[in-house]
Amino acid sequence: MSKPRILVVEDEADIRRFVRMALEREGMLVFEAGDAMQGRIDAASRQPQLVIVDLGLPDGDGKTLIRELRGWSTAPVIVLSAREHEQEKVDAFEAGADDYLVKPFGVPELVARVRAMLRRASIVATGGAASVMVFGTIRVDLATYEVSRAGEAVHLTPIEFRLLAALIRGHGKVVTYRQLLLDVWGPGYADRPHYVRVYMANLRQKLEDDPTRPKHLITELQVGYRLAGIA
Amino acid sequence: MTSEGRLHPDRLLQAIAAETQQPARGRLRIFLGACAGVGKTYAMLQAARQRQAQGIAVGIGIVETHGRDETRELTEDLPRLPLRHIPYQGHTLREFDLDGALAARPALVLVDELAHANAPGSRHARRWQDVDELLRAGIDVYTTLNIQQLESLNDVVGGITGIRVRETVPDRVFDNADDVVLVDIPPEDLLGRLRAGKVYLAAAAEYASSNFFREGNLVALRELALRRLADRVDVDLRSYRTRHAIDTVWPTHERLLVCVRAELSHERLIREGSRLAQRLQADWIVVHIDDPRDGRGPESREMLLRLVKLAESQGAEFANIPGEDVSQTLLDYARARNATRLVLGHGERRWQPPWRKRLADRITEAHPELGLVLIHTALTGARTHEPRMNVPAGSRAAALVLATLACGLTTAVAALLLRVFDLSNVVMLFLLTVVLVALRWGRAAGALAALLSVASFDFFFVPPVWSFHVSDTQYIFTFVLMLIVALVTGQLAARLRSEATTATAGERRATALARVARDLSAATRHGQIQTVFTEGIAPLFASRGVLLLPDADERIGEGQADFVDTSVAQWVYEHVQPAGLGTPTLGGASALYLPLRAPLRTRGVLALQPRGGALSDPDDRRLLDACCALIALALERVHFVDVAKDTLVRMEGEQLRNALLAAVSHDLKTPLTAISGLAETLETTTGLDAGERGELARAIRHQSEQLHRLVTNLLDLARMQSDGVHLDRQWHSLGEIVGSALGGMGSMGTMPGKHHLHTELAADLPLVELDARLFERVLVNLLDNAVKYTAPRATIWIRAAAMGETMHLWIEDDGPGLPADIHPQTLFEPFTRGVRESAIPGVGLGLALCRSIVAAHGGTIAATQRQPHGARFEIHLPLGTPPTIEDESAI
Repeated sequence: MSKPRILVVEDEADIRRFVRMALEREGMLVFEAGDAMQGRIDAASRQPQLVIVDLGLPDGDGKTLIRELRGWSTAPVIVLSAREHEQEKVDAFEAGADDYLVKPFGVPELVARVRAMLRRASIVATGGAASVMVFGTIRVDLATYEVSRAGEAVHLTPIEFRLLAALIRGHGKVVTYRQLLLDVWGPGYADRPHYVRVYMANLRQKLEDDPTRPKHLITELQVGYRLAGIA
Repeated sequence: MTSEGRLHPDRLLQAIAAETQQPARGRLRIFLGACAGVGKTYAMLQAARQRQAQGIAVGIGIVETHGRDETRELTEDLPRLPLRHIPYQGHTLREFDLDGALAARPALVLVDELAHANAPGSRHARRWQDVDELLRAGIDVYTTLNIQQLESLNDVVGGITGIRVRETVPDRVFDNADDVVLVDIPPEDLLGRLRAGKVYLAAAAEYASSNFFREGNLVALRELALRRLADRVDVDLRSYRTRHAIDTVWPTHERLLVCVRAELSHERLIREGSRLAQRLQADWIVVHIDDPRDGRGPESREMLLRLVKLAESQGAEFANIPGEDVSQTLLDYARARNATRLVLGHGERRWQPPWRKRLADRITEAHPELGLVLIHTALTGARTHEPRMNVPAGSRAAALVLATLACGLTTAVAALLLRVFDLSNVVMLFLLTVVLVALRWGRAAGALAALLSVASFDFFFVPPVWSFHVSDTQYIFTFVLMLIVALVTGQLAARLRSEATTATAGERRATALARVARDLSAATRHGQIQTVFTEGIAPLFASRGVLLLPDADERIGEGQADFVDTSVAQWVYEHVQPAGLGTPTLGGASALYLPLRAPLRTRGVLALQPRGGALSDPDDRRLLDACCALIALALERVHFVDVAKDTLVRMEGEQLRNALLAAVSHDLKTPLTAISGLAETLETTTGLDAGERGELARAIRHQSEQLHRLVTNLLDLARMQSDGVHLDRQWHSLGEIVGSALGGMGSMGTMPGKHHLHTELAADLPLVELDARLFERVLVNLLDNAVKYTAPRATIWIRAAAMGETMHLWIEDDGPGLPADIHPQTLFEPFTRGVRESAIPGVGLGLALCRSIVAAHGGTIAATQRQPHGARFEIHLPLGTPPTIEDESAI
């Protein structure tokens, strides 16, 4: 298997440097772009399998770049930004981003997210997910609606199952409240995020070892949820 | 003080006030002549040429050469400002162009004929007002004036020469002029010039008929001019003394009271009063005693208004005092105002009972120390007709008709009653009618009713019936008695009524003013003042009104109300003078514009459009002035409330910023120094083994994380203080936020595994409405503190429980506990830290931020000691009513 190609669009050279060093250590091929224009050219010519984009670029907003990219590429996009306002994150996800890291971020965190995204992309590319998903000690059979934790069957209500399935379909990507509400409850519930919170709490009680320190059902505060630890 | 040659502070203040009031006012020089033809214009032009030779920009605003060549030659070298050409009744009038002069802005403008009346449609009615505006704009003016054109001398000169001029100038313009130059030639020379045809012909023709240019007249006029100038010089000298601490004589403070009636002849009293006040250097007040028995008709109201205007234009204060007994009211007022002299008209007597003394005698008897000045007022024409009732002529006639009808009805009723009662009792019925008629329809109707009653009693009831003959002479006595009783009671009743009407009007004004004052004192915003005015004050004057407030650029905004002419309002705002309807400036406007002058500065303009087309009652105008003052004060107060608020906010911000800078400079520099030092070591030290390198790198990372936390707290605190707290409140489960906080700390590596963490959050805790991200900051800060201030292997507990209406959240540790030397509440003040300047980083913003955020959620946070040791932070949050979650089967 050839090295995964990663494009980093970031105007700060030092950040580009340590991101490149971290990813190259993981055996990836990294291309650097200092602004949105260079990023556009590289994205087209290098055909990267994953793009890391800073939102605050000197020649334009990163969200515009993401929207353009989404027009012709399915490569996952990870956003880096110092802006931590929730609406900013929601906007980025709705523009087509797959993940979001707030500066300052840790290198291990970045590497883990990149790996998860690449894995998800390869699964999508190889003709969709298998009907059985495993994360941690949890096994979910999407075809038979069977869920087990450490070998023991867990009973989920239909909504809990649909919620879990929606997160699984995201493959580690952050799924916003709005998307979850639309997928699980339908259009009439789009403005009731507390529904998701209540059912997510139930789900954590049933699946997580320590519901207050979840390992898989991760909260992105006021944005949504993502599933971590998919094998 | 004064003996040492130093200024009395009050005097100095007066002098300073007089000087600072007119910071850049231009200087006015008046070339004064005893009459036309003395060469004022010539002298003015010569002086102007001298100034021009000194390099000063001179412009001719308007100069009448009257076809004299010598004069015209003088104008030839001087630049002319354009004139305004106004078409008027078929021909074109040339007028001074005020706006042109203001735009051209020469340093000195020549404006001939100060007393000239401008053509209709000009901005100001009089040229001296144009000149005043030039002076306000900082432009010097040279102008000319004849002595008889001075308002206060008009009567005197008219008396001497038999010619009264219409175009006059208020004395204060003359008195406030910076220089007055008397242009004087002996009368014989003037007559010689006249004969030589050097005096302008129109004037010559005008005056020729009345034999104006007699030597006697000219001598008198010249003497007047010289004397008036001498008075002025005296004033100049006094103001010089004020400024230069020459204070050998303390002038006794005189106050002059001029008592007028609403009659044309009393204009003279005001003019004389003005001159007297000028000579005495006295304040003066023109008083009108408003006798409720004299119902005021429109003509008398108009006359009163005219007197008010004259008095105010001469610089007097005008007071309209209601009172029935003129002498008593006048004396009371004179005492209240400490008046030293009283000017009274001494003209023809109004009819009064012969036993009644004249007003002057009554006053002298009651208050002998008051100086009386009597001025004959019967000079000019007839007294204006004073209608007795405050009703139009039509309704007066109607009242008489109704009185007649009432008498007829009474006669009919009396005829019926006569069958039962005695004649002497029936008479009472007529008296009753007279009283009622007088009460209802006033004095004249009452008198008529009295006569008619006596007549019909005689005709219908006294034998022989159906005749005015009287058989019994006893009845003659009855008639006379009846007539007198009817007249007296009728007059008494009518007076009662008119007093009641006056009192009601006075009370209405007093109540209105009190209400306005109360409403305005409660106003804290401009909008409220505007509402008080448009809804409370304007209707009092049967008008529409609006307050026009300037914006930051001192411009009165457009489109505030459809009747407002913004340019007029702007003029009023800039010149702090009334304009528009009923004033001499821009009198053609449909609304009245008054400046809202507060003690410190003008706060805006009040625009009022009376529905009836004019404000005729002088009382209304004064009530309006009082309202103006109240509104201006209220506006100023609101302004200062805002300023105070801003200042307070700024001061608090300043304090915070200073403390912040001090703390931040320490706490930011410490980790920065560590980071750069560690990095340098890593870069330059050779021979480090992998373990040591890792140690250094970890230390760098740890320092950056501390820096990050500090910066985040600073940013959050700054955001919360700068634009208040905007909460994005949603219903959250507490467990999720705790999880997110712990997850965040874990990923940052600041929650070393060395601490034991226990969370006790029941699965069935109700949802809480909060801003998740901000609340996460609270938890992170508290946990961060717990980690920072406890030894490794300490235990941290996070517990929550819903009790009643409140959610309780505890974060506890078993470390050393809270510092003993700080009160637990002050821990939450910014920049408070357990151990000052300790090795533990962080500026102590964390807890301050926590308190702000919790308080913004309507909750409280408290710190206590945990037993047996450790710190306990307890947060209370209101639970509210969580949204219902539909059962799954229902979806």
